[in-house]
Amino acid sequence: MEFFLGHYAYWFIIVLLCIGLYTIMFKRNLVKKLIGLSIFQSSIILFWVSSASKWNATVPIYDSAYSIENTANYINPLPHTLMLTAIVVGVATLGVAFALFVLVYKRFKILNEDVIIQEMKSESE
Amino acid sequence: MIKNFPVIIPAIYLTAALLIPLLRSRHERYAHSIALSAVFAAALVSINNIYYVINNGTIHYHFGGWTPPIGIEYVLDPLSAFVVFVINSVVFFILIHAVKVNAIELHSKEIPYYSVVMLMMLGFNGMIMTGDFFNLFVFLEISSLSVYGLMAMGDRGSAFASFRYLLLGTIGASFFLLGLGFLYMVSGSLNMSDLKEIIPLLSNSPVLIIALTLMVTGVGIKMAVFPLHGWLPDAYTLASSSTSALIAAIGTKVSAYVMIRILFFVFGVEYVTEIFPVTLVLGWLGAAGIIYGSILAIAQKEMKSMLAYSSVAQIGYITLGISMANPLGFIGAVLHIINHAFMKGALFLVAANLRIRTGHSDISRLHKVCAKKMPVTMACFTVAAISMIGLPPVAGFFSKWYLVLGAVDNRQWIFMGVILLSSLLNAVYFFRIIENVYIKSSDSDEEMKSCTLAEDEPGFSMIGPLVLFAMTLLLLGLFNVYIVNNIILLMMPPGL
Repeated sequence: MEFFLGHYAYWFIIVLLCIGLYTIMFKRNLVKKLIGLSIFQSSIILFWVSSASKWNATVPIYDSAYSIENTANYINPLPHTLMLTAIVVGVATLGVAFALFVLVYKRFKILNEDVIIQEMKSESE
Repeated sequence: MIKNFPVIIPAIYLTAALLIPLLRSRHERYAHSIALSAVFAAALVSINNIYYVINNGTIHYHFGGWTPPIGIEYVLDPLSAFVVFVINSVVFFILIHAVKVNAIELHSKEIPYYSVVMLMMLGFNGMIMTGDFFNLFVFLEISSLSVYGLMAMGDRGSAFASFRYLLLGTIGASFFLLGLGFLYMVSGSLNMSDLKEIIPLLSNSPVLIIALTLMVTGVGIKMAVFPLHGWLPDAYTLASSSTSALIAAIGTKVSAYVMIRILFFVFGVEYVTEIFPVTLVLGWLGAAGIIYGSILAIAQKEMKSMLAYSSVAQIGYITLGISMANPLGFIGAVLHIINHAFMKGALFLVAANLRIRTGHSDISRLHKVCAKKMPVTMACFTVAAISMIGLPPVAGFFSKWYLVLGAVDNRQWIFMGVILLSSLLNAVYFFRIIENVYIKSSDSDEEMKSCTLAEDEPGFSMIGPLVLFAMTLLLLGLFNVYIVNNIILLMMPPGL
């Protein structure tokens, strides 16, 4: 029980990750797949962020109230800053995906994977 | 000045990517000339880099003067310098070829096309040179996003194929990021050479195993290692001719290079072969990929999709070479990365020439007249095909030779058998085309027409690069000993 409660943040992230992967694999609508991808990416961002969070610690700016020797007083800012970049990358991916939706819709008039694959098959024959 | 060498190449590409849309003019050719000169400049710089690195040792470039592990660094060692040179020169050849194909296939979309190609090259060069894992992830995403854009500019359902690649590619990059998160949690560093020092101290940590598995899976999706190759065939087949040549020639190779970096230069040979034998899994996946790709390539009726499945098989060779984790296998894998870049470039250019001149690239509809009308294209095809099959003295023979030697060295007789068997399968699907082109006479008038309609050879811009590719393949084969002794032996990772 301790194992589950002590790591509740990570269990939550694992659940999110599985929801994301499930949506990508089993939903037939392309937009839903993209939503799944977004959830999946967010779970990884949360993983990085939670790995660097700490109770009873402050931002990594020198404060005379805390001793500088004891690094436990400060939060490691690197994972958080890296995730800012990862969020931007995720947004860019979403943007490209939306542009692709427009192209796919113009071509097939539908965003359902099964129908599109059917149509592509019948075209190539 | 010398310290700045590594960063010049990405700077050239970034400038070109911004200049192309800014200098918009009525003649769309200008975009092509800027792109071509940027690649040419980058190729020149990379030749200089190889020369410098071989004589004076590794160059480290520290961004903003921050020393690693705190700062980000670019590392040019013999391996990265050589791979940078290979991808830039291959792309230079393909872009010379691209001007005419794009004018026909991507009419009025050329300005964004070349701009995105420059961004893609920025990403690939960055991935190869960076010495920092998070930086690698960012460059991976830059190159992947550009590739999604390029692929969507094809015909028929290419946007859909591109979207599927986007889904899988993003999952791959996310897995890489997740693995990197675990690695950072236990080691507290993102710098590759720093991690190399730290990892032996942690060798019993189960977190490292998770990190390595996730990172290898992520890169494996990008590299299209056998069960993760699902995105590749459609994407290569449906993309426009010059895009598929670009991506097939360099896209998966860069990921293969990243795989070598992670396995041998960061985790170390001992870790990946003994403590957590990921190479064992990679070896069987590679062998399965070789057989699967070759058999499906035989089943294809269209030349581009045949080449796509053959790519799956060739990636299998590279994976197999990496998995052997001995010097001969490593030489084979690196040589095959280089050779395959040139071979696949040449073959996809042939497919492009056929499409432009005859309007199709169906294997069954090719016949004698094509060879008569396009002798140079078909001669280059034959050279590249012989290289793919692995007959001496063309380049492809030597990489396979080293792979077989590596398998013998490890006493992996099954892998040796797989390599030999697949050469036979390669021969089946390439000789089918060669036979059609040189021997089969066309039986119906309509087919005659389809070939006679077209003029003879396509223009010089489409023949020149193809001849250059074929010559390079011969040269790579003839000077193979020199390349192995003077360049590839220097790349050998420590402990191999």
